[in-house]
Amino acid sequence: MRQFVKFAAGMAMAGLIAGGAYAQDTVKVGLVISMTGSQASTGKQIKAAVDLYMKEHGDTVAGKKVQVILRDTGSVPDNAKRLAQELIVNDKVSVVAGFEVTPAAMAVAPLSAEAKVVELVMAAGTASITEKSPYIVRTSFTLPQSSAIMADWAANNNIKKVVTIVSDYAPGADAEKWFIDTFKKNGGQILETIKAPLANPDFAPFLQRAADAKPDAIFVFVPSGQGATFMKQYTERGLDKAGIKVIGTGDVTDDDLLPQMGDAVIGAVTAHMYSADHDSAMNKKYVADFTKAAGFRPNFMSVGGYDGMHLIYEALKKTGGKADGDSLIAAMKGMKWESPRGPISIDPETRDIVQNIYMRKVEKKGGQLYNVEFETFKDVKDPAKIKK
Amino acid sequence: MSEQTPTAKRAAQGILARARWHPLEFVFWIVAFSVIWLLPNKHLILTEIAWLALFALSLDLILGYAGILSLGHAAFFGVGSYAAALLAKHGIITEPVLALIAAGLIAAVVGFATSFLMLRGADLTRLMVSLGIALVLRELANKFSELTGGADGLQGVTMEPILGRFRFDMFGHNGFIYSLVVLFVLFLIARRLMASPFGLSLLAVKDNPLRSRAIGISVDARLVAIYTIAAFYAGVGGGLLAQTTAFSSLDVFSFDRSADLLLVLIIGGTGYLYGGLIGAVIFKVMQDYLAQLTPQYWPFWIGLVLVILVMVGRDRMLRWTEPVRALANRLDWRAKGQAS
Repeated sequence: MRQFVKFAAGMAMAGLIAGGAYAQDTVKVGLVISMTGSQASTGKQIKAAVDLYMKEHGDTVAGKKVQVILRDTGSVPDNAKRLAQELIVNDKVSVVAGFEVTPAAMAVAPLSAEAKVVELVMAAGTASITEKSPYIVRTSFTLPQSSAIMADWAANNNIKKVVTIVSDYAPGADAEKWFIDTFKKNGGQILETIKAPLANPDFAPFLQRAADAKPDAIFVFVPSGQGATFMKQYTERGLDKAGIKVIGTGDVTDDDLLPQMGDAVIGAVTAHMYSADHDSAMNKKYVADFTKAAGFRPNFMSVGGYDGMHLIYEALKKTGGKADGDSLIAAMKGMKWESPRGPISIDPETRDIVQNIYMRKVEKKGGQLYNVEFETFKDVKDPAKIKK
Repeated sequence: MSEQTPTAKRAAQGILARARWHPLEFVFWIVAFSVIWLLPNKHLILTEIAWLALFALSLDLILGYAGILSLGHAAFFGVGSYAAALLAKHGIITEPVLALIAAGLIAAVVGFATSFLMLRGADLTRLMVSLGIALVLRELANKFSELTGGADGLQGVTMEPILGRFRFDMFGHNGFIYSLVVLFVLFLIARRLMASPFGLSLLAVKDNPLRSRAIGISVDARLVAIYTIAAFYAGVGGGLLAQTTAFSSLDVFSFDRSADLLLVLIIGGTGYLYGGLIGAVIFKVMQDYLAQLTPQYWPFWIGLVLVILVMVGRDRMLRWTEPVRALANRLDWRAKGQAS
């Protein structure tokens, strides 16, 4: 016991001294993600991408040391809020980043506005998130981006009748609304709209209902991690044999799970901003390095983390190391760069991401399943914000 | 009036002795209140400990005193949480203290209504019923997403200052003091209640319902009463969560929350009211510390600690505190000696 007290006191002293010395030269980034619980797969992708970026680019930028403080939300949104609050109040972080689900990102927004701290959304895809605080910036994607383009493509490629199946929460509602609006505008017909519960999903009854409606295709949005279940039940119900296609945002054919989904997914067409198969020298290196370091294939969530770190580094270079919220967010606005997913930029007005959306089809390449891109829609802004 | 028989006198003294404050209890609350000044930058986690302690106290009332095992206690916590958040959001009751009482009462109404289900059957049946109630409420909150925000959580809640004066600040100072005071007041009430004949009759029911009935205790009425009271406590706990975070999500109803609560009580021990409080402190501090140390694998360590706790036994692990307790008991005796 006495030993322990001595040790603890020593640690505390060391912490105090170190804290004093670092205070001026360290920029702290709070990474609030789920390393356990239902969203753990996304958290692990982001963490691996952040680690990779820092390994490649070092931890010093513009004379400042960048320190990432990882906190696990256990996939519970109110935890995300408390952890972000502690990071802001106690650790004095300059940026809170992460947030794989919309509720977590939204719950932290008022804090970011009050404390004037940049909230960097690396994953959550509901369009309206960036409007909740003037310090929110996003490096992932918005669901209207992918859904609207998916609808355009479907209407032009002989898909006339569609049933939609989406998870019952904000991103699902976004995906459904933008798909349906755009699809109808192009003369398509929606036979049925189905919402599946977010937690513990069993898609079998919904797939049966969809099959009974006899559509040309099912448009699907499920959060990253649930795609495998959906595709498995889709084949079990024999929908692939009935000639009903799967179309959707790229969440359903998530690169992380795709290798295990089996040949039934071959031919699924999705619209999204990143595929591990994206044809560029930068991406080839990214996939190789990522797979080597992490032991699994990077998915679209990982590039959100990778580009998020890039955005922080570049913003710090631009401000000369000044890390207050106003300077950082000003530097981030309008930033343009080449990402593993292709060219991207931050819209100076909405602080949301502008990026290419690719049409992809699942194919087998070298014995592995990949989302192979076959058409590119350049510099897509979030349609939900253009409308206003 | 006739003279009291010696047995009745002894019984009366026994009841009074149960109600008397032990020195360690004073120490506990002095420490609890002193952390307001001692740990000013830990108030956010301490707030979580405060509402978890209240929630655990609530489960202790039914488990430790009435012997009702529940795996769905989050039902009332969740009702209280959504009630407090909705009352604030729609401006029905904006003052937090009143809103908190209202949230507790709403949870108590749900508790009263469902308590009749809990009267049926033995432990296993009750376990399933309580689990079911929480699941049903969770699904309802999910379905009525226009009211509750569904799986996105209830956004856009703003809390008015406490008593119109103390704002919920970003550092969580006022939120913590508020939660601690609420916990303390409700604890005092629970303590008084459990030392009363009502509390004692509950213990009798817990030990042997059949015999209690035979000596004239109306078992069902007492179980309904304590279940309703416990639901009130859980509702207030949930209300505190919603008020201090200005947010409520479906997670308040989750099975994990009920299960964690049982763990808290297992760590702290049941049937002496402090178990939930101490368990909450240990559970949260351990969880927070381990999760910071190893954000990926902390559940493993929590599991390990629990297994050790159960295998070795709490008493044996707490043996090192014996000298302290002995000292406190001596002080207590001396105080009693002087009084008589």
